[in-house]
Amino acid sequence: MQTPETTRELVIGGVTYETRYTKKFERRTPYVAPDPHHVRCVIPGVILTVAVRRGLRVRSGDPLLALEAMKMQNEVVSPCDGTVRALRVSPGDAVTKGQILVELE
Amino acid sequence: MSVTNKHVDFFRRKDRLLNGGGNKASEKQMALGKLSARDRITALLDLNSFYEFDLFVEHRCRDFDMDKRVLPGDGVITGTGSIMGYPVCIYAQDFTVAGGSLGLMHARKITKIMDHAIKMGMPIIGINDSGGARIQEGVDSLAGYGEIFYRNTLASGIVPQISVILGPCAGGAVYSPALTDFVFVVDKISKMFITGPEVIKTVLGEEISMEDLGGARVHSEISGNAHFYARNELECFHMIKQLFTFIPWNNRRKAERYPVKTPKAKFDIERIVPMDSRKPYDVRNVICALCDNSEFLDVHAHWAANIVVGFARIDGETVGIVANQPMVLAGVLDVDSSDKAARFIRFCDAFGIPLITFVDLPGYLPGVDQEHAGVIRHGAKLLYAFSEATVPKITIILRKAYGGGYIAMCSRHLGADFVVAWPTAEIAVMGPEGAANIIFKNEIAGAPDPAGMRRQKVAEYTEKFANPYVAAASGHIDAVISPAATRDFLIHAIQVSANKSEVRPYRKHGIPPF
Repeated sequence: MQTPETTRELVIGGVTYETRYTKKFERRTPYVAPDPHHVRCVIPGVILTVAVRRGLRVRSGDPLLALEAMKMQNEVVSPCDGTVRALRVSPGDAVTKGQILVELE
Repeated sequence: MSVTNKHVDFFRRKDRLLNGGGNKASEKQMALGKLSARDRITALLDLNSFYEFDLFVEHRCRDFDMDKRVLPGDGVITGTGSIMGYPVCIYAQDFTVAGGSLGLMHARKITKIMDHAIKMGMPIIGINDSGGARIQEGVDSLAGYGEIFYRNTLASGIVPQISVILGPCAGGAVYSPALTDFVFVVDKISKMFITGPEVIKTVLGEEISMEDLGGARVHSEISGNAHFYARNELECFHMIKQLFTFIPWNNRRKAERYPVKTPKAKFDIERIVPMDSRKPYDVRNVICALCDNSEFLDVHAHWAANIVVGFARIDGETVGIVANQPMVLAGVLDVDSSDKAARFIRFCDAFGIPLITFVDLPGYLPGVDQEHAGVIRHGAKLLYAFSEATVPKITIILRKAYGGGYIAMCSRHLGADFVVAWPTAEIAVMGPEGAANIIFKNEIAGAPDPAGMRRQKVAEYTEKFANPYVAAASGHIDAVISPAATRDFLIHAIQVSANKSEVRPYRKHGIPPF
């Protein structure tokens, strides 16, 4: 008969249970609320052109840069009105999903 | 040509084709620790039971000098045979012939044997070992894949479909296994992915090995695409044979009955489940203490291990088991475990296999990751699958059955035919801690010693509600039975359910929350 090896604690409904974790559970990362001023990459690809520079005022919907991904040229637009605080990428950069492209303020 | 010469000609032609891709390619295959396609069929099927279809089929590609290339059997061996007397249709891709690449005739051989399986009511086994589409054949090769997927879908729930991944299975090719009922993978040999490491590196700049991207371990532990994991090909074939003892040939037949054997004495049903409901144990020991010969076939053993699903026999009859596993994540329901159980329940229902559910769970796993991953939608699959199932449904509550978890685990309310609880069961709207905090919120806050008051109220609630008798008083459970009486109860329940018939209003099909 198998006996539980090293057990860990898991709290559910105020009760602490002795149990083992799964790999997936162990690997989970704490949630961080997204910053609305960070424009993040939603699909991996390569930056083609950058349409803004630091300090430039942009309005919601203005193009920020062009990103080639999955054989398609995608326009990344500003999610809000604001000023470009920092440009984190330049043309030719390979970018991954979730990477910050532009910081606004 | 004389009759003798015709026979000589026949054997010469046949021998050339039976040699597959030739000795050099075969040596390469062996060096990778892989059996040849023909040896795989021999190893899996009963001795001398294989009858081959379409050995003489030739491809029709005329572009890129392909007309000059002879591809024996077009890279796939198909036919019928038996496994321990069970009739089966089988195909095995031959990697030694053009990398097992799939062209139109290769696909047509597969669809022909699939059509045969559906018509004859025989299980279909596909051994996958292919580099992918035969690029020279262009869109014809895509047509081939599509025609296979279509038949996988038509055969679903009619005959059991088994995929064995014994080599690469990449790109569109992975969708045939994904549509089948059980996928077997072998350590270091199986590789499954939609886009391979090279594309990922080019597009994303991420470097990963084939093994880490889509090896046997990944699919049996992380993605859940594989149901059975074996260390080598022979172990894999042994597991397939074991599975065959439990499942019926088709949806119009019952699974074979086996001689009844009592559970093994080392599994003592009285001593497995600890009294303290916060303490873990291996629920598979409870299953083994109750089923024939303590023989349990764990499906998806390494993925979403917080729920256990698999096949066993009670009184010689195959049953499907669904059980919370307190040893892993306290046995909670979450995205993956709901998905895993729902799929298994639908297989059992489609093939007339009674379901036995063992309940001991604290509820659903809390967390942002779970909510954002759609635990609502995935959790609903479990409710759907249990409610939809019309096979005999027997539920045994071992310890905790709280809230939504109680409802989801095949409660009477979802149409269970028998629901019984052990004396250790706690059937309540939520755990005593949570319930006392809500019901006695004001008393606890207003008390001079809130912590003491909370303890007292938790104890009161536990005393009054953490038992099976409140649910029994409402008829939500049928009986409270002792662990020792459980096997006899299960035998009785299976026997009296033999003629269960439940007719539902006509519909084309339901719309489960996929």
